Amino acid sequence: MSDSEKMDPTRRNLVIATSVAGAAAGVGAALPFAASMIPSERARAAGAPVEVDLSRIAPGELAVIEWRGKPVWVIRRTKEMLDSLKGLDARLTDPGSKSSEQPKYAENAHRSENPELMVMEGVCTHLGCSPQLRSGEAKAEMGADWAGGFYCPCHGSKFDYAGRVFRGAPAPTNLKVPPYTIVSDSKLVIGEDKESKGA
Amino acid sequence: MVSQMVSRLWGWFDARMPSVAQEWRKHASGYYAPKNFNFWYFFGALSMLVLVIQIVSGIFLTMNYKPDAALAFGSVEYIMRDVPGGWLIRYIHSTGASAFFLVVYLHMFRAMLYGSHRQPRELVWIFGVLIYLTLMGEAFFGYLLPWGQMSYWGAQVIVNLFGTIPFIGPDLAILIRGDYVVGDATLNRFFALHVIALPLVLLGLVAAHILALHDVGSNNPDGIEIKKHKGPDGHPLDGVPFHPYYTVKDTVGAVVFLAIFCFVLFFIPEMGGYFLEHNNFIPADPLKTPEHIAPVWYFTPYYSILRAVPPLFNSQFPGVAAMGIATMILFLLPWLDRSPVKSIRYRGPYYKWALGIFVAVFLLLGYLGVKPTTVWGQFGFDAFFLDTKDIATWVARVCTVLYFAFFILMPWYTAIDKVKPVPERTT
Repeated sequence: MSDSEKMDPTRRNLVIATSVAGAAAGVGAALPFAASMIPSERARAAGAPVEVDLSRIAPGELAVIEWRGKPVWVIRRTKEMLDSLKGLDARLTDPGSKSSEQPKYAENAHRSENPELMVMEGVCTHLGCSPQLRSGEAKAEMGADWAGGFYCPCHGSKFDYAGRVFRGAPAPTNLKVPPYTIVSDSKLVIGEDKESKGA
Repeated sequence: MVSQMVSRLWGWFDARMPSVAQEWRKHASGYYAPKNFNFWYFFGALSMLVLVIQIVSGIFLTMNYKPDAALAFGSVEYIMRDVPGGWLIRYIHSTGASAFFLVVYLHMFRAMLYGSHRQPRELVWIFGVLIYLTLMGEAFFGYLLPWGQMSYWGAQVIVNLFGTIPFIGPDLAILIRGDYVVGDATLNRFFALHVIALPLVLLGLVAAHILALHDVGSNNPDGIEIKKHKGPDGHPLDGVPFHPYYTVKDTVGAVVFLAIFCFVLFFIPEMGGYFLEHNNFIPADPLKTPEHIAPVWYFTPYYSILRAVPPLFNSQFPGVAAMGIATMILFLLPWLDRSPVKSIRYRGPYYKWALGIFVAVFLLLGYLGVKPTTVWGQFGFDAFFLDTKDIATWVARVCTVLYFAFFILMPWYTAIDKVKPVPERTT
């Protein structure tokens, strides 16, 4: 290293200082490019609550409503569907929905404000696919102990009629329940409730 | 007369830019490659050929494709039906994608057979793995562009993989999508990444891969260094100039490859749903996931690993991490292998069995990844450890363990393996 002996430390410091300044300018120039990748104002503005006409949903039927670009399910559960929820606890990952996301009024055994009316996001908590309705008759495909619920075609997660996930599935938590308000017997608003209004 | 003019023109050019002739000598006519290359050595050159095919067909596709959520699906149908020869260009590009992975997988397998990743070629291997990862990104971004059901839901799943990373995940997923769900913004940016950003990275990495290779010289099926025995002219005794010897050999390989490629292209371009999935002929519907979704075949081994790992601590991240590590662990291969010999020809039974099992496991994971988890039915009994009764899930779990065991146990089984004496010269 004969060159380093002749090195002028002042000049070397100048090289280091300009390099640091240049790197800082480079990072600064990269920031606006990175910032352009976050959702635009238009994308952020979309996301208003949606109204649902409940009178058109028959008992046992599943209606898919689009809210914030996601499918939200509204199901009028029959008595058999509600009965099928009982006695499953040992087979569920989170039977009490302790680590799952739902509003306070849906933190109960049937995960809804009104036992019959189930509202939940039809988005698998694993990687975001939309599970499909599989009635209790699909025992050949789903196994002999299947009492009806939902099946995610992407990675095989299974859920009951309250969106609670069965053990052994890749999905870690129950399906999310969005905030909603039951305005009347025939009208439901998704994306808004007393809590969110108050806040 | 004409030849005189050509040679004078070349003389004029060479006097002004001698580096062209120098580089040609360095990388082709004066690059000595081992004389004992076999069948497995076709796939590097073929990967370059497929890269060219993809770039050329891709350029012509962009002339008619529209990266807009409302127009994309229709523009692909337009290319297929109304653009003269558009169907051909599109099928070349889609078949080329699968062909790319096929030749790259065979190329990587060659390295594992003959120890091509071993010292002093670690950098060649590292650039190669980077090429493989970039290629995966390129394939993923490209698959969203037709905006079919598989495009949409595949992107949804893969972007959400990043969303599971603790702490930064959810914000990272939004940054990738540019929206709260996969939408027009996502399609538009994936288009930009697919047609310009990643191809540039790919070309740079390919250049680095080849430069690094030509600095240390090629490995060969015997796994010995031909530079140890040089003739009086300074060239390796067991080497032949890449041009014309291997340019001619690779041209033969390219002709055979293109014949097979054209057969697929003209007779089975969708490969029964494996190259172009049936569900992708349905426009993207954000509200309905198709009945059965699976990635394209070249991703399915890793997809199986993702699916096999159960959630831990209320998080799906362990499965995602396992999948990520399954690809990243390839970087470590040159250091995990402790065998005193490089080539499988002189290795003992342990490595041969390990590699055989690894290949079987990789193929089996790939097969399971295209099927639903219920493909092999369920166990008929209950047991405390059975969190799922799907037989295929358990097979995938065993395969996942074996996949990682191949790498993690490698320092041990390659070190104690009984090796055969290695010859001084190529055989």
